[in-house]
Amino acid sequence: MSIIRYQPPQTLAFSGFDRLSNLRDELDTLFEMPFWSNFGRQSQLFSGWSPALDLYQNNDNVIARVELPGMRKEDIEISLHDGMLTINGERKSETPEGDKAERTERYVGKFRRSISLPTQVDANKVAANYRDGILTVTLPKAEEAKPKQIKVDVA
Amino acid sequence: METLVRENRNAVQRRAEQFVTPVASVVEDGDAYLLKVEMPGVNKEGLEISVENNELTITGRRDLAQIEGTLIHRESRTEDFRRVFELDPSIDTSKISARIDQGFLTLTLPKAEQVKPRKIAVS
Repeated sequence: MSIIRYQPPQTLAFSGFDRLSNLRDELDTLFEMPFWSNFGRQSQLFSGWSPALDLYQNNDNVIARVELPGMRKEDIEISLHDGMLTINGERKSETPEGDKAERTERYVGKFRRSISLPTQVDANKVAANYRDGILTVTLPKAEEAKPKQIKVDVA
Repeated sequence: METLVRENRNAVQRRAEQFVTPVASVVEDGDAYLLKVEMPGVNKEGLEISVENNELTITGRRDLAQIEGTLIHRESRTEDFRRVFELDPSIDTSKISARIDQGFLTLTLPKAEQVKPRKIAVS
């Protein structure tokens, strides 16, 4: 890629070429991941900002991990509704007035990312942590959703 | 049109290790260019920045805590980040500084003295 002086509006018409490196990554991702895994996440190429989300579960918790580089903790909002976890927020443009963006691939503005949870969770005990630009949300499973071992006495 | 920072893709492909290209932006800020790179999961310890023959290489190694349990949905990439830029000679490579905060790297690339606008007093 080459960074060129800002030349509106001719350069804007070619901004599609600048995204080629992203396109390559998107295609790699497409081939490496199972078909279903891209549902719910629209491609960043066409729709703006949609942070990558991973979901894990173990016996006690459902854990969501979201890539949100360069945010402020205060600008991230987490909500739970009808078994659906929603993370939304806003990334403000960090370019001060008077600065010229030579080239930008970064998305600023609002985002909203939802995912339905595989089991019931205890909404009162949800904990979140934001470190190194990664948001980790730990959602403890509701008692009734935890796997239980039932002992059967044989008479 | 003046080329300031050019990505050197061949340099990336030569290496066998797999990397992801991080999202980057360049902003002109007075006497310097700011190169901003998104590397979620990377902190100061995992960051390697080198300049060799006007080639700037940024490598970010993710420091992700292992999550116990089964992965049921994945969108993130696991590979580390790398991106190589070719710097214009007008950038003073000896004065490059870097800062990383919440997986967001900001590199300050100061312009060399000779390219800064200068007023010449006429006696």
